[in-house]
Order: sequence, then C-alpha cells, then structure tokens
Amino acid sequence: MARKLVVIGAGMASGRMLEHLFDMAPGQWDVTLFNAEPRGNYNRLMLSPVLSGDKTYDQIVTHDDAWYAAQGVTCRFGESVTAIDRDARVVQGANGPVPYDALVIATGSAPFIIPLPGHKLPGVVAYRDLEDTNAMIAASRPGAKAVVIGGGLLGLEAAAGMAARGAEVTVIHLMGHLMERQLDPAAAYLLQRDLEGRGIRVHCKGATKAILGTDRVEAVLLEDGTVYPADLVCMAVGIRPETRLANDAGLEVARGITVDDHMRTSDPAIFALGECVEHDGQLFGLVAPLYDQARVLAATLAGQDAAFQPVQTATKLKVTGCDLFSAGDFADAPGREDIVFRDPGRGIYKRLILEGDRLIGAVMYGDTADGAWFFDKIRGGADITADRDTLIFGPAFAGGAQADPLAAVAALPPEAEICGCNGVCKGQITRAIEGGAHSLDAVRGLTKASASCGTCTGLVEQVMALTLGDGFAANANPPMCKCTDHTHEDVRRLIKTMGLKSIPAVMQDLGWRTVGGCASCRPALNYYLIADWPTEYRDDRQSRFVNERNHANIQKDGTYSVVPRMWGGVTTSAELRAIADAADRYAVPMIKVTGGQRIDLLGVRKEDLPAIWADFNDAGMVSGHAYAKGLRTVKTCVGEQFCRFGTQDSTGLGIRLEKLLWGSWTPAKVKLGVSGCPRNCAEATCKDIGIICVDSGFQISVAGAAGMDVRETVPLLTVATADEVCDVTAAFVQLYRENARYLHRIYKWVDKVGLDWCRDQVADAGTRAALVARFAESQAVYQTDPWADHAARPAEWAPVADLTLKAAE
Amino acid sequence: MSMIDIAALDDIPPQGARVVRTPHGCVAVFRTADDRVFALDDRCPHKGGPLSEGIVHGTQVTCPLHNWVFDMATGQAQGADRGQVATYPVRVQGGRIWLDARALRRVA
Repeated sequence: MARKLVVIGAGMASGRMLEHLFDMAPGQWDVTLFNAEPRGNYNRLMLSPVLSGDKTYDQIVTHDDAWYAAQGVTCRFGESVTAIDRDARVVQGANGPVPYDALVIATGSAPFIIPLPGHKLPGVVAYRDLEDTNAMIAASRPGAKAVVIGGGLLGLEAAAGMAARGAEVTVIHLMGHLMERQLDPAAAYLLQRDLEGRGIRVHCKGATKAILGTDRVEAVLLEDGTVYPADLVCMAVGIRPETRLANDAGLEVARGITVDDHMRTSDPAIFALGECVEHDGQLFGLVAPLYDQARVLAATLAGQDAAFQPVQTATKLKVTGCDLFSAGDFADAPGREDIVFRDPGRGIYKRLILEGDRLIGAVMYGDTADGAWFFDKIRGGADITADRDTLIFGPAFAGGAQADPLAAVAALPPEAEICGCNGVCKGQITRAIEGGAHSLDAVRGLTKASASCGTCTGLVEQVMALTLGDGFAANANPPMCKCTDHTHEDVRRLIKTMGLKSIPAVMQDLGWRTVGGCASCRPALNYYLIADWPTEYRDDRQSRFVNERNHANIQKDGTYSVVPRMWGGVTTSAELRAIADAADRYAVPMIKVTGGQRIDLLGVRKEDLPAIWADFNDAGMVSGHAYAKGLRTVKTCVGEQFCRFGTQDSTGLGIRLEKLLWGSWTPAKVKLGVSGCPRNCAEATCKDIGIICVDSGFQISVAGAAGMDVRETVPLLTVATADEVCDVTAAFVQLYRENARYLHRIYKWVDKVGLDWCRDQVADAGTRAALVARFAESQAVYQTDPWADHAARPAEWAPVADLTLKAAE
Repeated sequence: MSMIDIAALDDIPPQGARVVRTPHGCVAVFRTADDRVFALDDRCPHKGGPLSEGIVHGTQVTCPLHNWVFDMATGQAQGADRGQVATYPVRVQGGRIWLDARALRRVA
C-alpha cells in the first residue's frame, strides 16, 4: 500500500525531487501535487528567453500532463493550500482536504515589493512567474516605456527581454554599480556599456521615491527629483522565502523554513526544499543547490541515506551578447591580491582574486570560456603558486606544456555535463569508475552516459582514461555486444567465410555467451544475414526493432506514425484526398510535412495500422519506409520541366532512383537528393548520396550528413547519362550493404574504408556490373510492400484477448 | 475457476508477444524461443514503454523505448537499472494459454 505524499508547490526543485523519487522508489508514494499557479512544473530559469521571445512557454515545460498521468500524480493546479493541520496530518486545499503521511513544502519565494507610494497601481509587476512574464510581454510593444527597479540578475534579464521586444527600458539601481553582489565595478561598467548599446538606460545610485499614476502607473519619481515616464514598472529588488504556510502551521522558521541535512523541518513528517528553506543559516536562489536538495529529499523519502551539503555556486547572466561570469569571493580585503587582464578593444575583462596561494574568486566579462576551469580551482582550493604567471590565460596556457589531447576533458569540472541526452556530468562518471566500473559498458550501465545517441562515447572514454590512467586502454574496436568477443567486422567476415545462414547458426558457431543474444546483436545479425544471403535467409521479424517489425515509427505514447511513399516527393490530388480521408477516419491528431518531402500522419493506434495501410494501398500508395534502416526518400527539385534554371529532369531521375532502390535494407538509413542545377534546391549535398545535374551530365557525390554530424558530400563520379547514374548509385549502395557495419551511416563507413576505395570499386566496369547484379538479386526478394502483406492479417495487430468485458460480467 | 483461457499458444510468435486488455491496463504475454510463456504488465517502469514491442532474448525482454532489460520470470530490471514489472501466473495447457484472473484482480 503506497503511502501518501503531498507536495505543495510545483517549482523546479519539487519537479526534480519527484523525478528522483519515482526513479528510486517506484510505487512507494501516492503523490498529490498542489500548485497555486494553474500549471505544472516548468523551468523558471528560462523565463528570460520567453520574455525576450527566444523561447515559448511550451519549450520550457519540464513535466507535461502525460508525465503526471504516467506517474500517477494527482494534480491540483491553480488551487492554493490554505492551512496545514499537523495533528491530523491533513492539508487544507481550497477545494478540499488531503491527508498525508509525508508533506513537502516547496512554496519557493515571493518577490520583495518595496511599499512605495503607488506600488499597488495596475502596471506594477514583479518578475517571478509566467503571469509576470506575460504581463511584461504584453506591455513591451515597440515604443512603450518600461522602468525596472533593481539592477541585479533578475532585473537586468527583465530589462533586456523587454528591450528585445522593442520597449524603451530604464533600469534604476540603488547601488553604485550593476549586479554589485556578483560583479566588481570594472566588469559592471562593461556590462552597463553593453546594455546602453542596446538602448537600455541605466540609472545607478537611484533611490525610488514613488510610483506615480491615477488609475494605472504613469511614471517613476526618484529621490533626486528625476521622473521617468512608464507604462509598466517591474520591481526586481529581491526575493524572500515564501514561509506563510509554514509559519501558520507553527513550524520553525527563521528567514526561511528551517531544515536539517535531510531537508526535514521541525516536524518529522514535514519536509521542505527550494527557495523557501534555510539550511545552516543560508538561503538558496540558484538552481544547482536546489537540485542537490531535490536529490537528498528524494533519497530520504525513499528510505535511503543522503545529506545536503551546500556547495559554492557560480553566476551567469542569461542575456544574449552579455558574456559574464562570476564565482567565489571578490571583495577587496587585507591580504588579498588581484590578477587582472583587460582588452579594451574587445571589451574583455578578467580578474582573479588570490588569498595566499589559493584562488578564491573570479570575475570575467566578454570572454567567459574558462569560467568553469577557474570555478573548479576556487572550489578545489588548490595551491596555484606554480601556475600564477599564466593563470589568467586559463587552461590553454596552464603549465605551458604541449597541448594534451586529454587536457580539455581533464580541465572540466566535475559538474560539467558529458552526456546531454541523459544529463550525466563528469563527476558521476568519475564516481562510477572509482566504484569499480572499468569498462565502457559498465560505466554506461551505471550512469547512462553515452547510452542514448552515443555521440559522447569518446568523451566518456577520455574521462575513463583520465581516471584509470594506464589501467585503461580505449578499445578501438570493441566487441559487437556483451554476448560475444567478436567485433562487427569479424562477425560479418565469418558469416561469409563460414557460410552461416541463420541467427542460431551464428550464435552457435561463433560461441555466443547468451541464449538468444540481446537487443543489440539480434537486429545486426538479422541485417547481415539478409544482406549476405538474400535468397536463402528469411527475415526474422522478431529480431527487428519495433519500428521495422511494425513498419511504423513508435512514438513516446505508444502510438505510431504512418508515412506513405511519395515517389521523388511528387504527389497527386487523389493521393492527397486519400491521405485527408484516412486522417479523418482514424482521427489522426497531427499531419506533418517531413524534411524528405513526405506527409507524416502521427498518433495512429497500433490496431488501426492494418486498416489505414489497406486504405492507402487502395489509393495506390505503399509504405514510405520512414522507419527503416533502408532507402528512405529521394528528395528532388522541380527540374527542367518547370524551372527556368533546370538543366535535366531532376524530378524524373529522382523518381527513377527511388523506384530502383525502395524496399532495400541497408546498415542504416539512406537518403538521396537530386538537384536540377548547382543551385541545389533539393539540398542534395548533405544527403547520403546526392546528384547534381549539370548541362554536361550528372555529378554524383556521397557521404553527406545533416544529423548529429553535418557533412557536405564528396564527389564520387561524374557521368553523362541517367542510366549511368542509376548503375553507379545501385552499385554504391550494394557496396555499402555488403561492407558497412550495422548502424553506420554511409559517411561513417566511407570514413573507415576511404572514398578512393569506394570509387575504384564502382568505377571499374566489371566490379560495378557485379555489384548491380547482386543488388538486383536482393531486390527481387525484398522489393515488396510490407503494408500490403500485413494489412491482409489485421487480427495480429489487435490485443489477443480483451478481459475488460469479462470483468464487467 | 480462476484461470482464464486467453489464446492459443500459436497466436503468439516465438520470441514475440501479444497484448491482453484488462480493466487495469494491458498485460503483455510473451512466448520464448522454447515455447515458455510469461505474462507481465505491458508498461516499463522507466517511461511507460510497451514491453510487448520489445525484442525477446532468452527469458528476457528489452524495452523498445530506452533498452531497459527485464527478466520475464521475476519482472526485475537487469544490469544497473532499478525497477520491477508486475508478473502474472500463466500456463500452457493443450496448446492454449491460461492466465490467472485472481492475480489481475489483486492488482486493482
């Protein structure tokens, strides 16, 4: 029986806490989430990009309705909590009470409003939540006048955001320079100059006396008599912990709600985290310590041992074009020394503050690339005596040694993110290695680093090399998977030389260590066998990834997307009508045009797939293989038929190539482009194979990419006729099919084998003809429409039994 | 009588799965290469992926969304992942698959 957890406040800290909790202790807690704002968790740090128009609200939502539903969270958004009854362990919401076994208060902070005359006039806002942001967006029409009171981090982001939307903005700051808690006067001067360059007026040493206006704000009056007209006033002078609920409930409250190292308040059943808490006399406003608190509290609720220890934090200003960094302590004091670097021409200022032999603070403006490196030195408290002469030049000059390939990674601080997909930082990887994970697989298993897109694998290996020293040899060519010691290349070779023609045969004769392989080797083996024995091997559907098995792309909610083939990106009114009819009939939630000139119907239920396919078949359309490690699309421009620049029939050639290649399985997806002239409207030069038509013939280039890597194609051959284009293309694709490692796109394979070798193969008339013949042999078997096959047996796509009716009986 | 006849063994391809709809969500019924049958909630505890669409290898299944691997007999996540999928008693008799209805009710 799950215990009841009530969370008050859906901010960034509580959102992160819930994520950790559901990971650590799934099913242990039955969660009710209150939020006074009528929405769930979003990334409050990103309000500034929303204000400036660089992002939309949707882009900064961290947890959507589907997530709450999936985790079984009862959401009471837009409902404030009025009281906490600690004796009865009940929270009183505006719409009714909720009992709890444990309560988390995450009420955050409230903006500090100076009780000036006029502070309640309409048009005076704080900068705290989406409502404030929207109010500022609404008021920031070009020519409108806005006054921001407060020249700290938040105030300047508000000012820059409104200025970016065209408002005339004035910042009034009480102190002598901007951001005095984070910047010294020199850096603040550069910042002020940059802001003024964007048309923002800055008034330092300005004390506001009153906000003027009759039924809404009209102007701001300063003590020195200055008056700034204003349509909107944003008060951004600071925040204070929101502790009213905790106070009313009789919890111990200092400036914030007092918590111990486990985030427990003075009532053992009540916890608190985020900007509303005070820990060891300290308040928290930056996100890193809040995330630490979230982790600790989740562990505490999951019954694990964890303790919160605040660490130093660094500050960055999120204003495009203002590159600013500060960390540590930089006040002048006896016994402190400065190292300063200035480049007035480029507006660069760097200042390091030393105490004895340690670096204790850093302020940078204009070039902050080395910020993380300095920050690491400040926190580490290392002796910098030896590096003092070159310290200010950063890691590039550290020690004056030759560039070490590992230096960049070595210089990264532990919290530097290595794996963007899974949010894994360097420190987590180092800890996993120190905890005994000495292979890439082990590190991947424990931390998930490099387990998603894999582009950070090299970085992870470098962290391993740094941590393990000589104990680590980066495996240049690792085994195919954990089931075998053979590499992909070895397996491909042995399949051919040993004549292995089934997955069980490969596993048996090559000594697989597992019974049925794994989700990594099975699809690879299935592909190798299809490619090497097209007429003898039978495709094993159960060794396909879900998308290829179901001939549709699975979406995160378990529905599928359906993309009919449109040869060369050309369609007809009848096809469009059939697509529109199908979209209506199956209530398709989204119809999207793809980058490959196709139409994607998203959100189709699995049991509807055979029927929608049958409808498309009836209209003369076949699968677009948008899910396949195979020929995807041939993108074309309109060519000589309509275009006044077209030199050849690029559309016709594209259609011909697509009809030649469709249905073929390849190691990874293959996309083509055919452009009718060098203006290249079909973007052929970033495709796996790109054809550019010219007056004298056709330039065939290969190995482009426009995904995680972006590559321009490189010329393979130039030929005179469309027939030759088809032969060379088929031969090249077959060469790729026979030699590349599974999941390697053409550009990766060409990097390995070399373009010259590829060109030699397809340029030689005999080899080319043999490749073309083998491709044709394979196509004779595999060029069929999978939709037609499966649409004939719709029962296999529905649930095998439905017990919902039986239970009702 | 608490065992319900849900399907023929041959309705499920070897190393494959089919789904049974129940009042408490879908249950995935798996068949291994050697004709053993397992029944688990069709929902990965990680991000809710449909386990029935995963690749079956030995007595394990890999979630199609993010490659978590589960032991189908215990429902335990394998490797470094931590998670548990509910399992249901199921048996094969006379070429038919029987699922324990009481277990389904207990979850509710």
